[in-house]
Amino acid sequence: MAVRGGARLWGLPLVALLLCLVFGLMDPRFASLSNAQNILRQSSILLVVALAQTFVILSGGLDLSIGSVIGVANVLGAMVAVAHGFLPGVLTMLAVGAACGAVNGGLVALFRVSPLIVTLGMLSLARGAALIITDGMTVGGLPKTFVALGWETLGPIPVIAILAAAGFLFGWVLLGRTVAGRYWYHIGGNEEAARLSGVPVRHYKLLAFLMSGALAGLAALLHTARSASGHPLAGVGLELSSIAASVLGGISLRGGEGRPVGVLFGVLIFAILGNGLTLLGFSSYLQLMIMGAIFIAAVWLDLRSQPPA
Amino acid sequence: MARAAPFRVQILPVVLLAMGSVFALMEPRFVSAENLTNVARQLSVLAILACGQLFAIVSGGIDLSPGSIIGLVSVVSTLMIVEHGIAPGIAAGVGMGGLLGVVNGAMVAGLRIPPMIATLGMLYFARGAAFALTGGMPVERVPQAFALLGKGSVGPLPVPAVIAGAVFLASHVVLARLRIGRYILAVGAGEESARLAGIPTRFCKAAAYVLAGFLAGLAGVVLSARMGSGQPAIGEGLEFESIAAAVLGGAKLGGGEGRVLGTVFGVLFLALLGNGLNLVRVSSFTQMLVIGAVLIVAIVADRLRQGWR
Amino acid sequence: MTEYFLLEMRAITKRFPGVVALEGVDFDLKPGEVHVLVGENGAGKSTLMKILSGAYQPDAGEVRLDGRVVRVGSPRAAIALGIGTIYQEFTLLPPFSVAENIFLGREPSGRRWLGVVDFDRMLREARAVLDLLGLPIDPAMPAGALSVAQQQLVEVAKAISTKARLLIFDEPTAALADREVRHLFGLIRRLRDQGVGVVYISHRLGEIPDIGDRVTVLRDGRRIGTWPARDLDMGGLVRAMAGREIREVQHRSRLRGAEVLGVRGLVRRGVLDDVDLTVHEGEVVGLAGLVGSGRTELARAIVGADPLDGGVVRIAGEEIRRPSCRLSVRRGLGLLPEDRKLHGLVLVAPVRENISLASLSRLHRWGWLRRGEERRLAATQVAHLRIRTPDVERRVRFLSGGNQQKVVLAKWLCSRARALIFDEPTRGIDVGAKAEIYDLIESLADGGAGILVISSDLPELLRLCDRILVMRRGRIVGEVGRDEATQEKILAYAFGAPAASAPAGTA
Repeated sequence: MAVRGGARLWGLPLVALLLCLVFGLMDPRFASLSNAQNILRQSSILLVVALAQTFVILSGGLDLSIGSVIGVANVLGAMVAVAHGFLPGVLTMLAVGAACGAVNGGLVALFRVSPLIVTLGMLSLARGAALIITDGMTVGGLPKTFVALGWETLGPIPVIAILAAAGFLFGWVLLGRTVAGRYWYHIGGNEEAARLSGVPVRHYKLLAFLMSGALAGLAALLHTARSASGHPLAGVGLELSSIAASVLGGISLRGGEGRPVGVLFGVLIFAILGNGLTLLGFSSYLQLMIMGAIFIAAVWLDLRSQPPA
Repeated sequence: MARAAPFRVQILPVVLLAMGSVFALMEPRFVSAENLTNVARQLSVLAILACGQLFAIVSGGIDLSPGSIIGLVSVVSTLMIVEHGIAPGIAAGVGMGGLLGVVNGAMVAGLRIPPMIATLGMLYFARGAAFALTGGMPVERVPQAFALLGKGSVGPLPVPAVIAGAVFLASHVVLARLRIGRYILAVGAGEESARLAGIPTRFCKAAAYVLAGFLAGLAGVVLSARMGSGQPAIGEGLEFESIAAAVLGGAKLGGGEGRVLGTVFGVLFLALLGNGLNLVRVSSFTQMLVIGAVLIVAIVADRLRQGWR
Repeated sequence: MTEYFLLEMRAITKRFPGVVALEGVDFDLKPGEVHVLVGENGAGKSTLMKILSGAYQPDAGEVRLDGRVVRVGSPRAAIALGIGTIYQEFTLLPPFSVAENIFLGREPSGRRWLGVVDFDRMLREARAVLDLLGLPIDPAMPAGALSVAQQQLVEVAKAISTKARLLIFDEPTAALADREVRHLFGLIRRLRDQGVGVVYISHRLGEIPDIGDRVTVLRDGRRIGTWPARDLDMGGLVRAMAGREIREVQHRSRLRGAEVLGVRGLVRRGVLDDVDLTVHEGEVVGLAGLVGSGRTELARAIVGADPLDGGVVRIAGEEIRRPSCRLSVRRGLGLLPEDRKLHGLVLVAPVRENISLASLSRLHRWGWLRRGEERRLAATQVAHLRIRTPDVERRVRFLSGGNQQKVVLAKWLCSRARALIFDEPTRGIDVGAKAEIYDLIESLADGGAGILVISSDLPELLRLCDRILVMRRGRIVGEVGRDEATQEKILAYAFGAPAASAPAGTA
């Protein structure tokens, strides 16, 4: 796996640790087990979504539709789960997510349309579909397995975090250890050079979006588990936070650079910040401001340390 | 200046006409004076935003923050109105927008932070600030006179539409006739060539974002007037709509191409589509779906046509 | 009485990390003169002119205009000093009109303070400049709609409109047809007659007596000499440019095997016109021609990077009707592109990943990358090609030009390519690394690979190749075997001069 984003890679865990120390000192409640579990729960969904976004950004694209895909996947899956059970519901979510990803990927790879526009359209399309299907209402009456998924723990670790970690591990291995992952990095790094070297560029661009969609389906599952219902507005805003977390974690918007483990820490840092600031009594609004400022500062610092493009 | 407009732009008025005719046939109320004035009133905010977005896009960048800026401006201006009166309030609102635009411009042109990241950070920051200022509560007790700005009319024309019209005109003059506008376009069309020609590229890039921020401020004031209160939550999602309007109107995401006239059509198209669908009683959910699909189809069609040339 | 010089550059020295681009170069220009500047790639011509146009600053030496020492600190300063440059890369903005492009940054304005552009005046003045140059181009047209040749001429108009007294032309006729070249020359003559001083850089040696008054040869960063352009001894000029014997004695003959790469009837509308060629195992075939003759386009068409309108490519005997990069790489063909940074390497990736890029299908088991194997292969290549890098994990962007080229080569060696196309293999590479690359090419051929070398460096072709094909305007117009190959003969074919006595044909 390529060593990219050098200094950032050591900086991130350090920052996370530092934040934990600071918050722990300022408020003893921070260091409790239940709070740690909270942090893990809160970061689970974002971790999966950020990973999805990472696939697309690494291969040179962008996915603005992730949030909406989560919305449509989770309601369709919830409806299927109510009618046919847990497993069919889960499979539906994954399939719907993958299908949306395939549409995005097909348009980007085959028609060479800008990913920004395609996924912008899909954002509207998918959200509209979710709302239409449910007529704006929540889907309730889900099998209990969902709730267990969302709220049980395995030992000290929340199940939902385990699921998210499993998803992340899968993505990490895929990106770092397989041919596909290597192809994605190179397509993002220099598409023309990759093409001339015989890399099937169009196929893999399509696949990147497919992966992103499937992972959005997984995120939909996690969301449903947490809220024990299917909601058409699930995932609103996640496309932007997934971009923020990925970029914070060292994924370059140019493509071809960054490691998934950085994304892990990017997500953790956002979760720790949010959790710690809440404990300290900062309103969620102030938190948004602080996140925004920190995000920009982190990116800027990183850009300064790199040679110009 | 003669410039070949993309196929999409040439065909848009035709499509608009066709769509309008279809709606008029289905629901005669569509072409009633009452309905059309309503539409004009409603699309004004998007129209003002789209002009701002156009400046950002033609400079080679993008602005994700206008929606959040509207929220912050809404709160700031109404708070100011309640304390000091209408005129100071309006000035504060528009000024706030301009100030945030300066910050965006400084980040993009000065610190060389990628526009998407810089404005994403501003999105979080501004939204957070908006809520933080009022603790999430709307600002009520706004004098009636202010609401006239949003709900009043000048003869047959709604005030917001007049303002939007003025903005369109001014933007057109800047972009087509003033040096600063030509330079902003030049920076987007070929930054290195522009630099070699002695154009102050960093200043021009920053100027684009200042204009975008200023116009977002204006839009925020108008929207607040229409609502008769200051709402920290408003404007969410409008950034995407403004991007769609500009792109439908022919702006190229890479920069260097885009016209106000096209953006006018883009805004009209989105607004009339939404309104028409409303009148024929298509749910707002379906509308979202349709708008998303339309955006994708338009871009793909445009790309296909380019492939033939 | 001393002569009056418009421009005097004395003892100009410019160094870049790792290479001395210019060493104590003198260059001068009189008003109303066309001074041609020639030299091989990397001789320093562009660097010298970039110093004059304000893009670079010299490390030593001085520049005098009208006898006064000046410092050209930036492109803008150059324009202010009356120096206009027509660059090789176009600086036109496609969506903007011709008039706007001509006056970019200097738009006429009625009310200065408001910044209102006076479009009418701009159109009028643009039309005036275009008329002056005899160009029937509508100034209101978008620049993107112009042909390449027209764009070049608009670049000239742009430089002239600054009322420049000194014009620098960098390879202006590269993309022009004969008629357009004559037009341009007429233009230049007219400017010269008006007292403008013109520096003219060109690879097209045949143009020198046509347009030039004097010619200066640069080689390896030094000025070799300056001669009058009239009655020019072309052979002597070429020798001065090359600096070494026309024929290298070192070449050893190889046994030629079966055809490994064959091309029949390749057509790409407007670019390639019925091209046939063959490369055998163990053979090094050269492809010469002027810039714009279609050599790179041919290479790209063969490997499948660009679509074909007709013709067939055969790799190792197997016919491919619709070549694609995937297919040709799989069959054992590899391209080392002209611009290795842009098209040959993933700069942000380490050496190891660049080397393995074309071989990944061999390096995995069920999708899982065999990283140990990959590292081994990469290390082997690094050692074999003597790539100077601390380890295989170093990002390629940090390597020198020569080593980067070796990485590209390593990529294809790793993929076991049987046929290789080198497009300008030693461009931007210093002399030492050049020799290494030549040795590598020869040993590849010894090993049975078939190699096609595209190069503007004629001595390079003469040293490496068993036979040399010459392209002109999208066709192969001549072939010169090893024994009869001379630079003059190749150039003659390339210019289409009647002196080309050998008939065009295949081996």
